[in-house]
Amino acid sequence: MRRNLLTATLCFFLFTVSSSAQDSALLNMLNDSLSKDAKPEVVSGTFKATQLINTPTAEAPAKKTLQFLIMHRFGELSDGAYELFGLDNAEIRFGLDYGIADFLSVGVGRSSLDKTCDANFKLKLLRQTAGKIPVSVSLYELMSYTSFPKKADKPFLTSRFRTAYTSQLLIASKLSRKLSLQLSPTLIHFNMVSTPKDKNDVFALGLGGRMKITNRMSIDAEYNVLPGNQVVSSKVYNSLSLGLDIETGGHVFQLVFTNSRGMIGPYYLAKTSGQWSDGDIYFGFNISRAFNFKRKE
Amino acid sequence: MKTLVFACLLSLLTGSLQAQTFITRNGYAGFFSKTPLEDIKAENRQLYAVIDATKKNLAFTCLVKGFLFPKQLMQEHFNENYIESDKFPKATFVGNYTGDVNAANAGKYPVQIKGQLTLHGVTQTIDVPGTIEVRDNKLIGASEFKLTPGDFNIKIPALVSEKIAKQIDVRVLVECNPK
Repeated sequence: MRRNLLTATLCFFLFTVSSSAQDSALLNMLNDSLSKDAKPEVVSGTFKATQLINTPTAEAPAKKTLQFLIMHRFGELSDGAYELFGLDNAEIRFGLDYGIADFLSVGVGRSSLDKTCDANFKLKLLRQTAGKIPVSVSLYELMSYTSFPKKADKPFLTSRFRTAYTSQLLIASKLSRKLSLQLSPTLIHFNMVSTPKDKNDVFALGLGGRMKITNRMSIDAEYNVLPGNQVVSSKVYNSLSLGLDIETGGHVFQLVFTNSRGMIGPYYLAKTSGQWSDGDIYFGFNISRAFNFKRKE
Repeated sequence: MKTLVFACLLSLLTGSLQAQTFITRNGYAGFFSKTPLEDIKAENRQLYAVIDATKKNLAFTCLVKGFLFPKQLMQEHFNENYIESDKFPKATFVGNYTGDVNAANAGKYPVQIKGQLTLHGVTQTIDVPGTIEVRDNKLIGASEFKLTPGDFNIKIPALVSEKIAKQIDVRVLVECNPK
């Protein structure tokens, strides 16, 4: 009889144990199944904006998204109080970029500096994927047309001579949730240069990155190296820019300090005449606004 | 003695027979925010769910990155700024329901679901109404309820507070097959 009781108790115990463990067991079973099915994740949000400061980032507007971008640089801080430390003068570039597909965007822009128009596209070649692909790579091609001086004043400056091409490979990596870095080897082809000693094909290397300080703010820096003996007829320097990103909904505000006046490849990479140590620092901002054209479902 | 052991074994066996577990890997969870300025919608069709009809237990889990928004920028902000999916990749629920659901009889049964919802690393007890429908040897669970982002330590900056509803409508629909 005692043995019977013992067996019965044991059976009862077994039964209750198997039922009380059910609660978390159900969730564990689901979580195991979820991790087993998980696919490698494509890394998103490497940069908040489509440009670091002047250099384009590997990011592009999403499909059916139109981005309006205003880039603005005041005059030199070293101009002094008479020019209100540069605030009396300004250069601006208006840009429109549209995402045709998730991997391709096209854009146009107009800079006040030398009255330059540009057309560009950005093609996402590779997306960073957790545990598989360490970098995102985009190709950025920009064609620029300088309409200053007027054709009537310089009739020999035909369209051909006013055009330049900038090709950039944007290699970016989001190293942590805060830190992203980008390397951008660049080739610029000028159809016309000032003297025969100047190179028509100019190589430059951009380094840059961002460090998030909050979820919606980050500090950006970029440094563009222009190796010597390429632009010799005028004194040019490497371009160094610092910025602060503030993101609010569909806007990204960037406050920037840079020694480059121009905001497109041929200018900030090969025609930066300012030097930080001389106080040739331009304060400015970039503002972008995204408009969505996807129809509501 | 032998009879007793047999009886015990039988009870165990029938117990496990009765333990009817229903499961799905493509359940639906969606949330909606309506304000005069902006409508926000996100849907996840990879919700893993399990319902134990015997013990009236249920559990849900999903990757928060699986919530898809019509606007890609919103999706990025959701992951980066609000739900922080890199730190807290999963949303889970584990709990039980009250209400008589007869898995053998087709029909729609009202239930009350109570349990622990974990989102953005914060666990809250929720107690919400729902239905469980028995049809074609399936259990179809459905529930609609409201959640407050602040309860889960999801901060909404003042600048966009007019664009995001104070309470977010959540819809869950799972069609579970016998395991």
